[in-house]
Amino acid sequence: MIKIYIPRDSSAKAVGADALAEAIANHAKAKKISIQIIRNSSRGLAFAETFVEVETPKGRVGYGPVDVKDVKGLFASGFHEGRKHKLCHGLVEQIPYLKNQERLTFARAGITDPVSLTDYTAHGGFEGLRKALTIIGADIVKEVTDSGLRGRGGAAFPTGIKWKTVHDAKSDQKYICCNADEGDSGTFADRMVMEGDPFMLIEGMTIAGIAVGASKGYVYIRSEYPDAIATMKDAIGIATADNWLGDHIQHTDKSFSLEVRRGAGAYICGEETAMLESLEGKRGMVRPKPPIPALEGLFGKPTVINNVLSFAAVPFILAKGSKAYADFGMGRSRGTLPFQLAGNIKRGGLVEKAFGVSIRTLINDFGGGTATGKKFRAAQIGGPLGSYVSAEQLDLVMDYETMAANGAMVGHGGIVVFDTTVDMAAQARFAMEFCAIESCGKCTPCRIGSTRGLEVIDKITANDNRSENLQLLEDLCQTMTDGSLCAMGGLTPMPVMSAVKLFPEDFGMKKQSKKAAE
Amino acid sequence: MAKTTILEFRAKKPDPTIAICARHDDRPDALLEILHDLQDDVGHVPEASLPLIAKALNLSRAEVYGVVTFYHDYHMKPQARHVIKICAAEACQSMGSRALIALAEKLTRGKKVKIEKTYCLGLCAQSPSMMVNGKVMARVDAKKFKSVLAGLT
Repeated sequence: MIKIYIPRDSSAKAVGADALAEAIANHAKAKKISIQIIRNSSRGLAFAETFVEVETPKGRVGYGPVDVKDVKGLFASGFHEGRKHKLCHGLVEQIPYLKNQERLTFARAGITDPVSLTDYTAHGGFEGLRKALTIIGADIVKEVTDSGLRGRGGAAFPTGIKWKTVHDAKSDQKYICCNADEGDSGTFADRMVMEGDPFMLIEGMTIAGIAVGASKGYVYIRSEYPDAIATMKDAIGIATADNWLGDHIQHTDKSFSLEVRRGAGAYICGEETAMLESLEGKRGMVRPKPPIPALEGLFGKPTVINNVLSFAAVPFILAKGSKAYADFGMGRSRGTLPFQLAGNIKRGGLVEKAFGVSIRTLINDFGGGTATGKKFRAAQIGGPLGSYVSAEQLDLVMDYETMAANGAMVGHGGIVVFDTTVDMAAQARFAMEFCAIESCGKCTPCRIGSTRGLEVIDKITANDNRSENLQLLEDLCQTMTDGSLCAMGGLTPMPVMSAVKLFPEDFGMKKQSKKAAE
Repeated sequence: MAKTTILEFRAKKPDPTIAICARHDDRPDALLEILHDLQDDVGHVPEASLPLIAKALNLSRAEVYGVVTFYHDYHMKPQARHVIKICAAEACQSMGSRALIALAEKLTRGKKVKIEKTYCLGLCAQSPSMMVNGKVMARVDAKKFKSVLAGLT
């Protein structure tokens, strides 16, 4: 029996993986070749999806991107025995794109069946939770603090400090909330965790629950991710049936239960307090802080809110120790970040690397430059609220402090590449337009500023009092930065002003010569 | 023998609102889930359901209305037979989604297909992407879009 792996990740399904699996099964049956198809998670080689792997005595051999029309030819060349074909990438473990990564969080990506508990435990799953069940909450919190883990959703707040606040709070009920409202364009790592390794997220959240003394958790998943919602629900059911969730987890005195909640298409619910409102069944309106959610969060109770990737990093930290995690990275950015190469890029996909990798390495060495083959012009890093960077900034390294010092941000690690056809004034305009569409409306700088910003940019591009309006735009952005309640209005100026500063020629101004800039 | 005519009386589908609320234990915090379930069942959130939900969940009608109108997902009017959501966010823009959306709007004018913009489907490394009646598709170009459209009846 030959084992053939075909991903069930939506990055594969979106390019026909289900039809492909059926075609491969039918062809094998017709040719009387005995095969077993396993729907595994994705390796994160998005450019090669659907990426099909065949098990051979030497290891798994990969083929991709495979389409239904390739099936006949693949069988004819003996792909089911791992033989050569023009789509063959050789031994999967030797593919440079994967070999040159440091996969701690995504260690199981592509290897396991996402909803198989047997696979999960056979590949190190629940080692972290087993450890957590034997130590006291304060020691779990210390381990997470010592690892240097910072919030992977973008804000980079130290996870351990947040947990300690909730741990120390006195309350009859505490909650763990996972922010899986991954609405930033250019990011898909959360989705890949939920679709590809859901038990890891369950394990991370359960560890958090045990650490701070919370018995109930919610995963708030955006409705644009139907596969992630379905997989998480399945996984929670399986984990509960096997006593990894629920009462007296693995016959201990610890209990933790988990529920999936669907978002409803509001980007703002990725902001933690808007998400809490939404989880309470209300409009996703941002709450003023203080009080901080760690003290008064969901239903007014102390609540840990973390991003999917933050929770997903925790099982490794508990299993291997905080030092093993902190040994990766640079400065105050410890560990690894799953970067996501997106947009106009030849080899887009998931690249988990230790902090300190340069943007150039990610875009050129891993990504292979633009998809269109045209020259690189700009990249937006850290989502729609992140700055644009120019070709001159590609040697910046990905580390929270370095990026911030250069007017940019790491955010959730998404990198969207644009070639020379991009109109940066249109991109700046879109940033304002997006803010106007998605603003919750609670505070004036965001609600009204975004619409005014859009109008001002239109005047600038139409050469209507250009220099005065540029000054106005700058003033408006300053007001939004200083006066908005949350990051939506507060960070929209990042893409806008970075576009103006780095690409003035797109706004009808003279490009500053390098000397003048100095 | 006289021919008998069998008249079929189809019972009107009962309003599912109350049952859906009960399925969620009439919990006010489950309002979004209730609205999703209702919309999945009926196709939209009928105005007549709002007071029923409000009563079941012990909320005011304004609160329920506020939630329905806040979130992009919910519609209070019946939707087109087919809905194609095309990603209009940055990653897809970098691969020509602006032109794709313009083409899609042109091709579907007067048809039973509604084109909506969405902001990110999480397939940013395979742009442009879209969701056709709830199913995701990536690496969409004009040719692929046309063939998908031709398959919708």
